[in-house]
Amino acid sequence: MAAITLKDIVKQYGDGFLAVKGVSLDIADGEFVILVGPSGCGKSTLLRMIVGLEDITAGELTIGGTRVNDKAPRDRKLAMVFQNYALYPHLTVFENIAFPLRLQKGQFTEAQITEKVEFAAKTLELQDHLQRKPANLSGGQRQRVAMGRAIVREAQAFLFDEPLSNLDAKLRGQMRTEIARMQRRLGTTTVYVTHDQTEAMTLGDRVAVLRKGELQQVASPRGLYEQPVNLFVAGFIGSPPMNFLPGEVDGSTMHLPFADVPISADLAPKLGGKDVVIVGIRPEHFEDANLLEESKVSSGVTFTAPVDVSEWLGSELYAYIPFETNPDVATTLEELDRDLDGEGLRTQLIVTLGSETKIRDGDDAQLWFDPARMMVFDPETGENLTWDADAARTIDQENEADRKASLERAQAREKASA
Amino acid sequence: MKQLSTRAKWAWALITIFVITYALFPIVSIFATSFKLPSQLNLGLFWPKTWTLVNYEEILAPGGSAQTLFLSSLRNSIGICLIATAIAVVLATLAAYAIARLDFPGKRLVLLTALGVSIFPVISIVTPLFNLWRNIGLYDTWLGLIIPYLSLTLPISIWTLAAFFRQIPWELEQAAQVDGATTWQAFRKAIVPLAAPGVFTTALIAFFIAWNDFVYGISLTSTDRARPVPAALAFFTGASQFEEPTGSISAAAIIVTVPVVILVLLFQRQIVSGLTQGAVKG
Repeated sequence: MAAITLKDIVKQYGDGFLAVKGVSLDIADGEFVILVGPSGCGKSTLLRMIVGLEDITAGELTIGGTRVNDKAPRDRKLAMVFQNYALYPHLTVFENIAFPLRLQKGQFTEAQITEKVEFAAKTLELQDHLQRKPANLSGGQRQRVAMGRAIVREAQAFLFDEPLSNLDAKLRGQMRTEIARMQRRLGTTTVYVTHDQTEAMTLGDRVAVLRKGELQQVASPRGLYEQPVNLFVAGFIGSPPMNFLPGEVDGSTMHLPFADVPISADLAPKLGGKDVVIVGIRPEHFEDANLLEESKVSSGVTFTAPVDVSEWLGSELYAYIPFETNPDVATTLEELDRDLDGEGLRTQLIVTLGSETKIRDGDDAQLWFDPARMMVFDPETGENLTWDADAARTIDQENEADRKASLERAQAREKASA
Repeated sequence: MKQLSTRAKWAWALITIFVITYALFPIVSIFATSFKLPSQLNLGLFWPKTWTLVNYEEILAPGGSAQTLFLSSLRNSIGICLIATAIAVVLATLAAYAIARLDFPGKRLVLLTALGVSIFPVISIVTPLFNLWRNIGLYDTWLGLIIPYLSLTLPISIWTLAAFFRQIPWELEQAAQVDGATTWQAFRKAIVPLAAPGVFTTALIAFFIAWNDFVYGISLTSTDRARPVPAALAFFTGASQFEEPTGSISAAAIIVTVPVVILVLLFQRQIVSGLTQGAVKG
């Protein structure tokens, strides 16, 4: 187990394409770090540079205090789980898991190998399948075999390259918790690449958001959700995604497409005299005004908007409200949409309401939101003007404390059961 | 698979019967001819009137008129084709692996040249080759046939093997390297076991191509030293000058088909496709 340090890591391909543009990241010993971003953001390249399958153009990579830039993959003592599992089809499950051990000739006796493989198989509930070939296993079982191979390696760190993207939704959820449990129990440093933000939010101690080879923000999942540094992070984290509305500043009020919001004393200096800003409000921060208590309604802004489409999901309801965007911010938002792998469809407000709401398609809905939860972004730079450094730091400190506590608890449980 | 309707079943049966007849009729015809008496060849019957082994005795039994000619050419054919196949498969495996895995300048050129060589009509290079071989002493030797056979077998071997290697997921090798294997170990333990069926199939195809060659065989040899079977067949004579050698030729043709059938039966299991299934997502 070891800490991994990336310092100004650059990857330039032979054709001159810069896939990773100077990423620096400290991964503590035993930490679970997620690399996340839309396709083509360089996250997989970064992972492959850590494991040694891709050369590092510039920068410094240290694992456990040793510089490993020029070391071959096998000398880095890492274990990797590939997106398509990369099991050896001609070997049984047992031999697949034993493969890394057998390569270290003379280091392990046959009895030791059997013991290690059986321990891994027990951890992953694969005991019944040890003599089968990968072709006869289900997707989830293959996934676990690949993880078994990583476990027996007793590696300095685990690397996962989108390990769940080939599984169906239900299995994905199960395997996600399985990976989290395994990581907590073994306490191994883990780097996990995904484009799925649910995986990123649920698994990661810290999440590194990448965009076009550049690190945008590294923070705890809660930090990313509550204090995103810019438009990109704000738009990427959260599902359904954050709504971005043009906000026209007019004295002490801000005109949004459906509502006018008073500019608070806190917010005013942050706007820096801009006429037009981008306002971000998360769908879940809207409420159906008719269902709110009188006292709460007065503390926020109420507005009426025509609902175009509604989707009832049982636990909640999504309402879609199309609007015309302001041409001053349209280009920024279109570019953002492209960066987020969007399709450049109509601009619409997405609102998540409790399922008890009576709002349906075609209604003029009475909606409410709390202006204090609004985020305001600079339309040119995309920077979050309402970003609060102190709050962000507090969140990350709390998160770090939580992580240490849960790691200790898991280790203590492990010791007790052993 | 969904159930076929009765009509579809009948249609398929008819098509199958037609294809089988079309493919096997010549072989059955040759088989029947090989058992006919030389005097009964022109009776116009499909099956022999009296079944006889006289044609086989002619080419195999000691004292048969074509025995020395046939047996020495059989030896030549087997030897030359096996050597040519072995060399072609080893070279093609290495070349195809490089083509499938590495990005090097001139990669397309190698592939296109290989294709060009195989398209080039054999007959047009036979004459220059004949002169060249006579001058440098390769005429009528095993080596003198193995080299031109390589020009036939190598291109197709490289193409089939390159296609086969491309199917083997790159990740397997990378996984092996991450697991602690050297490049050579990764190749030997992760790739070679998977490539084996492809190599066998390619070897088989290469062997058939060399085995069936006639033009090089007849042009670049003159004696029993190196003449392969297809060429030797043309030198068969009947027992007397009034007898046609058709019966002996048919018998020889049946006998040279036997190694091919044996090879297919032997390698049948190795040619099973789909071994890579399950390596990646299924």
